[in-house]
Amino acid sequence: MTGAAMRIELIRRPHQSTTMAIASPLLAIALTLITGAIMFALSGVNPGAALYVYFIEPLTAWWSVEELLTKAAPIILIAIGLAFCYRSNTWNIGAEGQLVAGAIAGSAIPILLPDWNGPLVLPLMLLMGIAGGMAYAAIPALLKVRFGTNEILTSLMLVYSAQLFVDWLARGPWRNPEGLNFPDSRPFSDGQLLPVIFGDDIRLHIVFVLIAVVVAWFVLGRTITGFQIAVLGQAPRAGAFAGFSRNRMIVVAFLIAGGMAGLAGISEVAGPTEMLRTTVSPGYGFTAIIVAFLGRLQPVGMLLAGLLLALTFLGGEGAQFALGLSDQTTQVFQGMLLFYVLACDTLIFYTPRIVRTGTASGPTPRTPAPGAET
Amino acid sequence: MNLEGAILTIITAATPLLIAALGELVSERSGVLNLGVEGMMAMGAVVGFATAHLTGEPALGVFASILAGTATAALFGFLTLVLVANQVASGLALTLFGLGLAALIGDAFVSLPGQGLPEINIPILSELPAIGRIVFGQDALVYVGILLTFGVWWFLFRTRAGLILRSVGDNHASAHALGYPVIRVRFMAVLFGGACAGLAGGYLSLVYTPQWTQNMTAGRGWIALALVVFATWLPWRVAAGALLFGAVSILQLHAQAFGVGVPSQFLSMLPYVTTILVLVLISRSSTLLRANTPACLAQPFVPDR
Amino acid sequence: MRKIVATVGTAMALALAAGAAQADDPLKACFVYVGPHNDGGWSEGHDTGRKLVDEMLGDLVETSYIENVPEGPDAERAIERQARSGCGIIFTTSFGFMDPTLKVAEDFPDVKFEHATGYKTAPNVTSYNARFYEGRYIIGQIAGRMSDAGVAGYIVSFPIPEVIMGINSFMLGAQSVNPDFKLKIVWVNTWFDPGKEGDAAKALFDQGVDIITQHTDSPAPLQIAQERGLHGFGQAHDMYEFAPKAQYTAIVDTWGEYYVKRVNAVLDGTWESQATFDGIVDGIMAMADYTNLPDEVVAMAEATEASIVSGEFHPFTGPIYNQAGEMVAAEGEVLDDGALLGMNWYVQGIDDAIPQ
Repeated sequence: MTGAAMRIELIRRPHQSTTMAIASPLLAIALTLITGAIMFALSGVNPGAALYVYFIEPLTAWWSVEELLTKAAPIILIAIGLAFCYRSNTWNIGAEGQLVAGAIAGSAIPILLPDWNGPLVLPLMLLMGIAGGMAYAAIPALLKVRFGTNEILTSLMLVYSAQLFVDWLARGPWRNPEGLNFPDSRPFSDGQLLPVIFGDDIRLHIVFVLIAVVVAWFVLGRTITGFQIAVLGQAPRAGAFAGFSRNRMIVVAFLIAGGMAGLAGISEVAGPTEMLRTTVSPGYGFTAIIVAFLGRLQPVGMLLAGLLLALTFLGGEGAQFALGLSDQTTQVFQGMLLFYVLACDTLIFYTPRIVRTGTASGPTPRTPAPGAET
Repeated sequence: MNLEGAILTIITAATPLLIAALGELVSERSGVLNLGVEGMMAMGAVVGFATAHLTGEPALGVFASILAGTATAALFGFLTLVLVANQVASGLALTLFGLGLAALIGDAFVSLPGQGLPEINIPILSELPAIGRIVFGQDALVYVGILLTFGVWWFLFRTRAGLILRSVGDNHASAHALGYPVIRVRFMAVLFGGACAGLAGGYLSLVYTPQWTQNMTAGRGWIALALVVFATWLPWRVAAGALLFGAVSILQLHAQAFGVGVPSQFLSMLPYVTTILVLVLISRSSTLLRANTPACLAQPFVPDR
Repeated sequence: MRKIVATVGTAMALALAAGAAQADDPLKACFVYVGPHNDGGWSEGHDTGRKLVDEMLGDLVETSYIENVPEGPDAERAIERQARSGCGIIFTTSFGFMDPTLKVAEDFPDVKFEHATGYKTAPNVTSYNARFYEGRYIIGQIAGRMSDAGVAGYIVSFPIPEVIMGINSFMLGAQSVNPDFKLKIVWVNTWFDPGKEGDAAKALFDQGVDIITQHTDSPAPLQIAQERGLHGFGQAHDMYEFAPKAQYTAIVDTWGEYYVKRVNAVLDGTWESQATFDGIVDGIMAMADYTNLPDEVVAMAEATEASIVSGEFHPFTGPIYNQAGEMVAAEGEVLDDGALLGMNWYVQGIDDAIPQ
């Protein structure tokens, strides 16, 4: 480095800081709130009132708590699946497409066999949804394993294709024959819908979320598979040395993520939506990426993060309605939150130090730090 | 069918993709994967439009869009290079943040007619039959795109600075050991990427369809990202890819106007499916890919001392 | 903009009539938009209507909106939020909000709901729609007269009955002055993407059309028309500002008067569920000023408009044949509203096939 300036230097901690692992998301949330308050004040809205509407008010009425859970459910389901990918250092950002694929596959039964209402129908729909998501996720996984194709781009391109495909289905062959040519499928019948298990709106998929959190916690923390994923993600060479197959792990991680996204997809159409529409989700597959990181890829963390994100959606709606704040405020909020989380995560691995750099001091030749190369 | 017109349309459709992709290419060559192109483009589009509207000077608008893209990229650079945050997640955050902030800033500028940049018509030459308008009658930024392609190629492969940038992307540890300022080189590359994305956004709101609206980038940033891989990190192939992409998306509209009986959703899928196919073809050929892939792409670097 | 001024005038009269009737607590009138309130197209049309309610009814009402609401479960929540927050009347302004509106309406029998462009109603749910095809017939006639090539380009979003109805009406209008008129149709699969709409316009112009019209919301196609020295029509808004040399006229959505009328009905207790399908005569839309046109074409357009307003003429009057050459409406027969609202066939003379 040459020239005199202040700069931030990071010193790697010998062990990752447990205090910081817990403190960093909280710090990030606090920073987001502060920045948000400044943003509100600048746009002429009382920051206290705005933050109340955003983060407290949605929790003050039971109906809105129900809505919160319904909104959070698909996001958490997908995030948990994505955590398997991200822990193994594979970048599936196409969960939105896998969700659509799951919704399509699961909807085949109620749309093609509308009168079938036995006890087997719903479980079969769910299984087909999971299978659909898995099959769609297998495409980028296999391309990656077989040809080394960049999975970030293929999985993303497949999102657009899936969205166009479901659009075609809902407007074309799967259109409701009694719907005056409007672009929706026929409404699913009661036996083809996830039952409401609590209150007015809370459906069975809330249970799936809880099961997923527990199972993911167990698999990631207590099984060989979880260990292999972590090792291959953090130190691929050590993993290969231990005889773990990286390719197998990539496929497994993608299949888990796809299956979870597929489950979220069929749960949406056979849940709150009650039919297959031209769009299946308002971007849950992308929101889930934020949730995965915000929750630090830990199942319980992602559960909490999913609830927080759902809260910002509901709060944003309330803020529009009550305070006339723009809808885009929510998006900026979410982006900011993720920025702060990522920035604060640095504290887990490094101690920052502000140093004054003086005259030219060429770097001393050295061997690279083992942690710098993941 | 008016072939000349179709070719002109393809070139203008390709230009924003080309400019954004060239910036991302430089960034990736230095080892930084910035998935936030879409957000940077949106910021460039809105700031460029607002500036042109307020000052009445479209040229100033172009300049402002470059600055806006650069500033947005600086945020990303700080996160990923100084704080070594995960690049994939930071890029996604940048997309969200940029799109949202652009919409907030642009609220006052929606539904206002914009001022387009004038076309450059080189006298006499642009009147030439057949190739006249295609070669000599485009808007200024089309030529900027072409010059930029050449400039990036020349910089990366014919200058010492370009060599350093590539070596930083290929092996940051040894580049550091040789005394090159890895972080600073990467930061500059990220800023260049932001400037280009901003310019591409400005192209949309000032030239392509002179207006500002939310979501007007409509996924073009993601396509620019795909183009870089598609082109195996080589500038000339980015240009070819952008043209191919422009051609696919324009020709599907022509195909419809001719009345081919394929559902339009499938035609709209073509650009995405094409990208996947090309990515597969390229990644199958190890000579094509390995020779040019920056080995340290998306890997964080912390100089320790 | 004389007709729009007239519209505001009627609304003002209505407002004054209701003014005396009501007391202290303002009625909350709430709106749900599928896009941003200032999208320059569909949602902005409704927001302009909301502002007219504010302006006309002053202290009697308090209006608010939620924008960018995705169709599906999010719509249900947004509507429910409004119903719970004391909204007396809720306008849900996108086709996809139909089922969510009905679902919420069931739980809130005392709240009045108004759903735009759907077909289902309930005791406390009205459906309302506009006969946009009336305007499309007029612009079709203009295109028939003004196109040297005898062929127009039509940029469309999605093949729903509303859109098909518009295409057919445009074509019938064009055929009424040029029986050999041709139409080139491009589906862009979006309501709003200026870049893509502009590309579609360029592609159509490159294939030899010299007039363009659209069932998508951005002014981009008109801007392209202006660049090429060709012409087109504005959609949902008067887009004259964007292309002063290219716009012949525009079909302008003017929901405001209807909104004022319905909010008034709640205020004075006369609100009843109904299925409204209003036309130019009711002030739910208007033609923007005719510009860049020779006098005799303006005269023709105005005459057609007048005969539609007076009820003398209906654009879907037989004989109408479908693409297979089968007669759909006999000489003098008028297609009923049911046939219009579920339309899924093209009239004879259109070369395209409806995407299935």
